[in-house]
Amino acid sequence: MKRNTILTLISLAILAIAIYFIDQNLDSYKVRILNLCAIYVILAVSMNLINGFTGLFSLGHAGFMAVGAYTTAILTMPQAVKLQNFFMVPIAKPLETLNLPFLPALFVGGLLAAFVAFLIGAPVLRLKGDYLAIATLGFGEIIRVIFTNTQTITNGALGLKSIPNTSNLWWTFGFAAFTVIFIAFLINSSYGRALKAIREDETAAQSMGINLFKHKMLSFMVGAFFAGIGGGLLGNLLGTIDPNMFRFFLTYNLLLMIILGGMGSITGSIISAFIITIATEVLRFLDDGMTIGSLTIPGITGLRMVVFSALLMIVVLFFTQGLMGTKEFTWNKLLNRSQKPLAKGGRS
Amino acid sequence: MSLATFFQHLANGISLGSLYALIAIGYTLVYGILRLINFAHGDVFMMATYFAFYGIAIFALPWYISFLLAIILTGILGYFLEAGAYRPLRNAPKISLLISAIGASYLLENLATVLFGGRPKSFPTPKIFTDMVTIHGVAIQKLTFFIPVVTLIFLFFLLYLINHTKSGIAMRAVAKDHETASIMGVNVNRIITLVFVIGSLLAAVGGIMWGMKFPSIQPLMGVMPGLKAFIAAVIGGIGNVKGAVIGGFLLGITEIMLIAFLPSLSGYRDAFAFVLLIVILLIKPTGIIGEKIAEKV
Repeated sequence: MKRNTILTLISLAILAIAIYFIDQNLDSYKVRILNLCAIYVILAVSMNLINGFTGLFSLGHAGFMAVGAYTTAILTMPQAVKLQNFFMVPIAKPLETLNLPFLPALFVGGLLAAFVAFLIGAPVLRLKGDYLAIATLGFGEIIRVIFTNTQTITNGALGLKSIPNTSNLWWTFGFAAFTVIFIAFLINSSYGRALKAIREDETAAQSMGINLFKHKMLSFMVGAFFAGIGGGLLGNLLGTIDPNMFRFFLTYNLLLMIILGGMGSITGSIISAFIITIATEVLRFLDDGMTIGSLTIPGITGLRMVVFSALLMIVVLFFTQGLMGTKEFTWNKLLNRSQKPLAKGGRS
Repeated sequence: MSLATFFQHLANGISLGSLYALIAIGYTLVYGILRLINFAHGDVFMMATYFAFYGIAIFALPWYISFLLAIILTGILGYFLEAGAYRPLRNAPKISLLISAIGASYLLENLATVLFGGRPKSFPTPKIFTDMVTIHGVAIQKLTFFIPVVTLIFLFFLLYLINHTKSGIAMRAVAKDHETASIMGVNVNRIITLVFVIGSLLAAVGGIMWGMKFPSIQPLMGVMPGLKAFIAAVIGGIGNVKGAVIGGFLLGITEIMLIAFLPSLSGYRDAFAFVLLIVILLIKPTGIIGEKIAEKV
């Protein structure tokens, strides 16, 4: 085995041990935040694949998440819970008794999201730049509108409640690791190089024989697949979902993560997913108020989001590269820092 | 459906279309010059409604003064939006500009939630606009006639400005080519600012009338009208003022008629515009009267 593979396996083992201890020792609030961190890693990395690596400015991530979240929720809910939920309008027939374990349900959710990406990608991926942005944003809203109106399948605006909680740190970090490794492999394969070529210059990439549509579709569908899985995990963790959860705000938050981390850097997306998710909790005092000694400072509801949107503006205006730019963490960089000179051709 | 109700729907469609048109002009002007979708435009529109609301409801100003102040304040907001979010990125890649636009929109929405509260407020429509007039047995609010008339007046002024004034010529020159225009002595930054201010003023007019027609106002009210107005601009042919107006009327009337004839689809009202957008972009991306822009390699 190569050194790097061994190092990766060792760090995965360390992660597993860390999760074991965290699971035993931390209180449920902190575990919940870590769960959210891992889910946002999945979502940010998958959105970065579409936006950062392929250069498709897509704002439809919330829509794909909704597809995954609803599919997973409906497939894992026991019949009794379904009957409780659908008290206004009964659920459509085959769904009532349909039941799958958590893992297959997640994959079905992801695959369905990828299928939806295939359906809308066919017309939409012909568009470029800002047109693509607005068409995908529109698609996200369409999904939300459809889910609000198809009461027999999604329970409409009431949403789904008491979704059985299966996800824990093992699930979320397991999937986060799977997502990161899968997408890292994809990026470093010939497909990944083709995607980056498309990002840099479509016309040049096309003249090098890269099938634009096929590669864009691949990236779009893989991104949507992981968005679906992330959505499924999120719905399972929160226990309730409703269509309004999947507004464009969710996509904007993910956008903030990939911009802050650096468009086109998996490492950056992981770091900023953790930073933003934890900051969201730490800055909660802005909304709720805080007490220092005898002094009580009242909170202002929504101030937290102002801070985040201002942060997005500051990063875009002054730190266009984000934390990492397009740089990645690699074992070679970490270990070879002192070993100079570089090999021939300047590569380490 | 009787003829009377049909005309009632038509009148409603025209006034909704006028509002879309007023907002769409702002999109189309900015797109014409910067090739940028100004995502924050819908939120500028929302801010205008709140300015007018505070003028009347809190400061108890007469409605005309409050409206005038709201329009001026929105113009100033447009100026600062351009100076803060877009001017620093004049030479940056287009994607940064787009993200900045989204960021500005997000910031305005969240600021509005903090400043004005997230709960919907009721817009105090002046009495003279809500009076009903009855024509051949059809009762219609005066406002329904007032909105298209105001829209047409502003459109007339705008077309005069673009076609017959020095600033208008400069605007068209900058839209064609920034560099050449600046070599010819046009102050490009000043013109871009002017375009943003004009767009914001028109959005303010639209926002105030929107508040009167749909009196429940809240910080996210600008998002949907903003997106739909952008779609209207694309339908008409983006970059073209007349196209934006045609697209706005078309979208407004079809939307109202769709609900009137197929009430079962009314839940999908917001999805309809996006379906239309995707169809238009695939069939005729330049819109109804847009010009084809050759792509440079």
